[in-house]
Amino acid sequence: MRIDVNAFIGRYPFRRSPGGSPSGLLGTMDRAGTDQAWISNLSAVFWQDPTDGNAAVYQCAAAESRFRPVPAVHPGLPHWEEVLREARAREAPCVRCDPTHYGLDPSGAEMRALAAACGRLGLSVLMAVRLEDIRQRHPNDGAAELSPAAVRALVRADPRVRLIITHADRDFIEQVHFGSTPGEAARILWDIAWIWGPPEDHLELLLRTVGVERFAFGTGMPLRLPEASVAKLDLLDLGPGERERIEGGNVEGFLARGPAL
Amino acid sequence: MLIDVHAHFLHAAGPRADWAERNASRLSAGRKIGITCHVASILGSWGRTSPTYLPSPADVTAGNDALLSLMREHGALIRGYACVNPNFTEHALAEIERCLAGGGGMIGIKLAASRRADDPLLDPIGDSARRHRVPVLHHVWQHRRREWPGQEASDALELGALARRHPDVPFILAHIGGGGDWLHSLHAVRPLANVFVDLSGSGVDGGMLEACVDALGASRLLWGADITLDTGWAKLRYLERLLPADALEAVRWRNAAGVFPAGSFTAAPPDSPTGRKGGGR
Repeated sequence: MRIDVNAFIGRYPFRRSPGGSPSGLLGTMDRAGTDQAWISNLSAVFWQDPTDGNAAVYQCAAAESRFRPVPAVHPGLPHWEEVLREARAREAPCVRCDPTHYGLDPSGAEMRALAAACGRLGLSVLMAVRLEDIRQRHPNDGAAELSPAAVRALVRADPRVRLIITHADRDFIEQVHFGSTPGEAARILWDIAWIWGPPEDHLELLLRTVGVERFAFGTGMPLRLPEASVAKLDLLDLGPGERERIEGGNVEGFLARGPAL
Repeated sequence: MLIDVHAHFLHAAGPRADWAERNASRLSAGRKIGITCHVASILGSWGRTSPTYLPSPADVTAGNDALLSLMREHGALIRGYACVNPNFTEHALAEIERCLAGGGGMIGIKLAASRRADDPLLDPIGDSARRHRVPVLHHVWQHRRREWPGQEASDALELGALARRHPDVPFILAHIGGGGDWLHSLHAVRPLANVFVDLSGSGVDGGMLEACVDALGASRLLWGADITLDTGWAKLRYLERLLPADALEAVRWRNAAGVFPAGSFTAAPPDSPTGRKGGGR
């Protein structure tokens, strides 16, 4: 079972990016051999109220069993706790938050409150380090990338919070993992979308040093070709069962833990 | 056949203790992907004794020597670009002679980011490329909006100015997926028939490959990986769906065979399971 925790419907505001319709995404999943995709609303990342895009996410997930909804939550807006309750009621695997796009301090009071609330509810929080390479961003796309310090602060904000971090590279992951206690690090899952394969072999190294259990399959599709994440797994010499854990087992285990008490 | 037109190797005189592991990893991954030939360059000392993109003459020579040694060791699996710094004209021209004509057997010239591509100092290099009938692979920042540290980067407009002055020389615009606004580059080089685009780079943006084909046609695209073979393989897998068989063959190797000197590549690939069809689980 290959689960892509890092997929989008919708459009990117800064360049043409085909394939963001539900049918387009399903076609991409078929091409990449992906069984299930956790979908966020890409367009809504950039809206004043990103939660306004959640209805479309829920609608797509209700219509297609291979999708699971990842609603956005903006802890600086008055109704953010309602958004969490709805996410729980609709069995969303996690909620996403893009604080730098919302103009929030990624480790500020609002985000710490969100972390605590999600911890209480047993909802993981998905955050992207970036959406595309900083070298190619549109001149008006000024949102900062997420920092390792912010992730470290959030995982320390509440002992029950669990984070799924997408689009992180080797250096970022190492700065968080080895800057956290083992207990804190165990509450973070990393997607492999932005980790380099050979010849630098960053993914191979991280699987050894950080642990296979800390990684999940993710692609960033359709903004990025999902073939990249498949190829980097194909280029590894993984032990028995390790690929299955990265492709789905780890994230299922992460969710199955339920509210941390 | 599958030719990686944008490969690099490390060497003992560089700053990294793991240089041999990285070289071995490139060759090992290349076998899995089915790469027939790595057309490579070494950029001086990779920063150890002079900057990677602004290498000293001594480091240029040492890097080229290391590549010549790898070529001797691996035969047809590795071909080379002579890396030169055009700020040192005499040295650059001598290196080209030594590495290409002087028994070295290199098949191209690599210009990194030591001098802006449209600068007249690059003209002697272009003239030399024409005499030797070899292509120039030029490091490009896709739409450079400002200066970037550590290099005097050029973008496609600047490379285009050089290509216009040397219409008989094939220029390879490096790593369209290597960061920056690739659409800008495609617009800039579209009218220039002697500019080819290599598809390498860590970027795997949705829509990028379609834009490359739309702008230039498959006949001006060259497959390459640079320092991320995983993304190179991903783009190759996507192209297998996007292109008809003959166009795919062109991108995999046939275009490269036309750009580099005749006889540069042998038909027999190294022993490898290619696994070329995507979606392997």
